[in-house]
Amino acid sequence: MSLLSQLDQIFVLLQHWVAGFFPTWLQPFVGTVLAVVGIVAAFPGIFAVTTVLERKGLGRIQNRLGPNRVGPFGFFQPVADGIKSLTKEDIVPFTADGLVHFLAPVVLVVAVFLGFAVLPIGRNMVLANMDAGLLFFFAIGASTELSVFMAGWSSRNKYSLLGAMRAVAQMISYEVPLLLSATVIVMMTGSLSTVKIVEAQGGFTGFLPHWYVFTPWGFAGFVLFVIAALAETNRSPFDLPEGESELVAGYFTEYSGFKFALFFLGEYLGMFSIAGFAITLFLGGWGAPFSFLGFVPSWGWFFLKLLGAIALFIWLRGTLPRLRQDQLMNFAWKFMLPMTLLNLVVAGAWRFMGEGILRWLICSAVLLAAYVLLGRVLMRHQKLGPRSYRYAE
Amino acid sequence: MLGEGMLKGLAETAKNFAGSFVSKDRLTTVQYPEERAPVIENTRDFPFLVYDGADDASDEAKLAGLRCVACQICEKECPPKCIYIVKSTDKKPDYVGKPQIYPARFDIDISVCMSCQICVEVCPFEAIKMDTEFELSTTDRFGGLLYDREQLARSNQHYHKIHPTEAAEVDARLAEEKAKSEAKAKAAAEAAALKAAAAAAPKPVVPAAIEQKEPTA
Repeated sequence: MSLLSQLDQIFVLLQHWVAGFFPTWLQPFVGTVLAVVGIVAAFPGIFAVTTVLERKGLGRIQNRLGPNRVGPFGFFQPVADGIKSLTKEDIVPFTADGLVHFLAPVVLVVAVFLGFAVLPIGRNMVLANMDAGLLFFFAIGASTELSVFMAGWSSRNKYSLLGAMRAVAQMISYEVPLLLSATVIVMMTGSLSTVKIVEAQGGFTGFLPHWYVFTPWGFAGFVLFVIAALAETNRSPFDLPEGESELVAGYFTEYSGFKFALFFLGEYLGMFSIAGFAITLFLGGWGAPFSFLGFVPSWGWFFLKLLGAIALFIWLRGTLPRLRQDQLMNFAWKFMLPMTLLNLVVAGAWRFMGEGILRWLICSAVLLAAYVLLGRVLMRHQKLGPRSYRYAE
Repeated sequence: MLGEGMLKGLAETAKNFAGSFVSKDRLTTVQYPEERAPVIENTRDFPFLVYDGADDASDEAKLAGLRCVACQICEKECPPKCIYIVKSTDKKPDYVGKPQIYPARFDIDISVCMSCQICVEVCPFEAIKMDTEFELSTTDRFGGLLYDREQLARSNQHYHKIHPTEAAEVDARLAEEKAKSEAKAKAAAEAAALKAAAAAAPKPVVPAAIEQKEPTA
């Protein structure tokens, strides 16, 4: 085995080496536990780095410096934040449903961590290579809504409940385009297994990769998926459920101390897992972007792409204002849903049109025309101008 | 087209992001403990008591120089009632030399004070002014924020340093008043002297004791 492929497989080799110390019947179990420990250690680690990078990035976008007090350039800020949230008083409202209030953040974090089980982080690096991995991920991802509603309902606070209501409405609405935009990949690959999807994108034409994002339907699917993913993770501009200006903090208004930190962690981990799936589905997973860059370890590519996706999310958060509830719903049902449905048809057409430039032209033209047309229709009824208010008499 | 404004916005924020690394002018934040924004002259936060004397005077000298005469107007006017004054039983001369009572206690609870400056506006003696000191954090939220006479006393020089224009006006007014009262005292003395002289005139024979006293009157 060459050094490069050893580096590529370093975590797999490490896992096998450690498992080798145990009796044979215990080895699969130990191997799984090691992989779980790896995931549970790595992604919260990225979460810690992301919080400080996000704050610094947002600061730069607003021409500020961002946190720069704790440690060199403020990079120990997450440590300070962690200590603070661990030592803070944990307040449970007097009239809250104690059990549900306690379970909500736990359910969120557990559900989010489960999503990582089917995420291929590198070559041979997937915890559970399920045949229906994608289905599993979406099923688990949908259960985060449950924890959000548990949090909102059990707090017995109007802001929490409003936030939870918004969250459920938003997440259910965007679940549909999220699934439909991912369905084109399943249609093209013919498999629900995340590992097979990554392998299907593994080839190169010249030095360019066969990523799905470089096809008309793949590009449209990618954009739609990212928008739906933003909404699904309650990130700005879809952060209505926790809109600070109108709902204090939405469904986690009544959470403090470590439970709040758990919500925070769950939210970021949800973002990572969904970004990881966007990478897996459309950006070639752990594959190198150019054929001559194949020497870089596969997990290196995955994490680089993940950081890129996070940077994009932070950039969007620093740019876009929050949507209004009606705009949010209109966008989901009047734009996202028709576009994803059309994308399914386009992907089917692409499949049966055979090789050639013609299918490129037709598919691109159909999608572009639909985009422009739907955009026009959406904008048509907008009366922009000074608002008029009607007050109660 | 749909999404056009979004792309424009993204370009703008990207420009800000990149620009903040290149141009220092973009970063307007003042990194507070190391560098501070200059305090503007009209800044005010909590009141202090003005005393006439050196900046580094002893506590007794500070208290002796306090302009406050414990008239209690500020205490009565204070909207949140954060001033507490106890009058003295004896008197001490003020800046014109007139004997006045002075505050035996003068406490301000700055945790209650709302920096409205009404005490300053109503004070007829220019004895209470607004300070600009804002780093007042303390670990004792009751006693640590209740300031007594010694803590509240600041010299007139300090007042000149933080509010130069206002302090100059106040000084001019005080000097004028002092001159006026001196002139009045002089006039009164002269009148008294004339009266004494007139009273003395019909009697050519003056007792020696009175004759000696006259020039000093």
